[in-house]
Amino acid sequence: MEREEESQRKPTPAKMSRRALLGSVVAAAVLPVNKVRAKDNARPSSIQNSVDDPTKTPGPGPSPVGKRSGFEQPMRKPSDISSRTPLQDMYGTITPSDLHYERHHAGVPVIDPTKHELLIHGLVKKPMKFTVDELKRFPAVSRICFIECAGNFRGGREDLTPQDVLGLTSQSEWTGVLLSTILREVDVDPRAKWFLAEGSDAAVMTRTIPIAKAWDDAIIAYAQNGEAIRPEQGYPVRLLLPGFEGNMNIKWLRRIEFSEEPYMTREETSKYTYPVKDKIRMFSFEMDARSIITYPSYPQKVNKGWIEIRGIAWSGRGKVDKVEVSTDGGKSWEPANLQEPVLSKAHIYFRYLWNWDGIPTEILSRVTDETGYIQPTLAQLIEARGTNIGGYHMNPITAWKIKSDGSVFFKPE
Amino acid sequence: MRAKTLIVIAFPIIISLTGLKTINDMKPGELPLNDTTKWPATFGFGRVPTQAEISAWDIAVRPDGKGLPPGQGDAKLGKALYTSKCAVCHGVDGRETTGVKLLGTPLVSDTLASSRPKTVGNYWPYATTLYDYIRRAMPYNQPGTLTNDEVYSLTAYILAANKILKEATVLNSKSLPRVVMPAKKLFIMDDRKGGPEIK
Repeated sequence: MEREEESQRKPTPAKMSRRALLGSVVAAAVLPVNKVRAKDNARPSSIQNSVDDPTKTPGPGPSPVGKRSGFEQPMRKPSDISSRTPLQDMYGTITPSDLHYERHHAGVPVIDPTKHELLIHGLVKKPMKFTVDELKRFPAVSRICFIECAGNFRGGREDLTPQDVLGLTSQSEWTGVLLSTILREVDVDPRAKWFLAEGSDAAVMTRTIPIAKAWDDAIIAYAQNGEAIRPEQGYPVRLLLPGFEGNMNIKWLRRIEFSEEPYMTREETSKYTYPVKDKIRMFSFEMDARSIITYPSYPQKVNKGWIEIRGIAWSGRGKVDKVEVSTDGGKSWEPANLQEPVLSKAHIYFRYLWNWDGIPTEILSRVTDETGYIQPTLAQLIEARGTNIGGYHMNPITAWKIKSDGSVFFKPE
Repeated sequence: MRAKTLIVIAFPIIISLTGLKTINDMKPGELPLNDTTKWPATFGFGRVPTQAEISAWDIAVRPDGKGLPPGQGDAKLGKALYTSKCAVCHGVDGRETTGVKLLGTPLVSDTLASSRPKTVGNYWPYATTLYDYIRRAMPYNQPGTLTNDEVYSLTAYILAANKILKEATVLNSKSLPRVVMPAKKLFIMDDRKGGPEIK
């Protein structure tokens, strides 16, 4: 009787017989989850299941698909048209696939990979069509690189997280076939200077890309972080253009057409272009170097004493050469440690150890890439482009204010 | 008989083993990813598409008119279509009304000088883009349902509403590429090059 009451009060099978325990393991694991669902995920299931001393109760057995600890709940932040990666929750440079940022122009299509084909035509001697399985038979390559939306800039308020400020950048290991490998199959006409890439979504999205990129490092990717590409990232195949603005990395790729000149599609004329003084700059492909401190950042709080400042830096033009950190509002700069390996056109992780004296200050990071480009301030960008600057290709230095109570806020400019 | 069969089966195995051995003998890094010296001229994967398959997907329109289909339309026909299929998102006359947020983008503005909001009239450098985009992606909830003539008419209406085209002009594959957009002169190609200069 007493035992029954005990087990009802608390699902702790430790006091049961071994046979009763085995019989109730499944129920104990399942019931609290249902309860949690009913309460709209108010508390994660593993917390419901947790016992006071994990060394006194065997846990659940193996499962077909793993999941995060219920104590960890990193979330993308969706709007109507995009969702942003929680950069402040990341400890390294690979973005978990389910947290990779999204941007699409007519929703995420559902594509049956057995029915999907890639057509390559235009200025080629041998137009070809490939199934997804056929693309997978070609010699493959893998590459770790970032994809960043060209419109990845927000400011204006103090209560912004790294996710809010520039969460439209993420990194994966992508696997696929080099576009240059496919070009050998179709025999490109030497008059071809550009290629059009087209998606199989309801926007039938198109961009024109210089042919040099096709011969350089463009990849027709079918895998992301070791498994098939996620639907939001272009399942079953996408174009990957390392270092180029995200929009050009056409997802759900169904067609490539070679051409003497660009098509001037909507996305490369009326969008993804920006005022520079009295002109409008178009065909800005490379993402210029950028960095951000992700710890400490809003809404975290820090204590006086030792703080390891952490963040990410990248350049669409090659390797990061150095990252410098300032803890005095930009008056002086010290080099940060870069986590190896430092890969080209990839997010790299930096760290800088700092002993905070408790006096309010501002912390900033700035990256220099291998071309000698130094991440600019917002003032420098406005000086170069004018005040009607728009939101594309904005990569200014980001500052965090640390107040006397240790609270951290974004510094709007 | 039995011995002969064995030889026939064994022969390809020996060849494939020899092939494997050659690759295995190489040290890591000896065969870089871009070393195609051992590649055949063609892998033979994929197939030649039929002309019908190519035509069905070949919908991109270039500023020089390449890709424009036969057919025609004008602003008067376009206005009726616009009212029934586009106005719900882009506004009754393609303009933003103060205080009311459009579901889609505003399409019409009077002059190049009034630079906000960005519209077809003050920001689009090529008229052919309009045809290409409407045909592939509009209306948002029924993309790909407009006929070629309807797309010519809608293009004519939006250009006329922006005072770029006369109301009576008939748009077709010959006349559309000749339309000069007011914003074209503003566009410059990317002049950033990396290096220390901030541009």
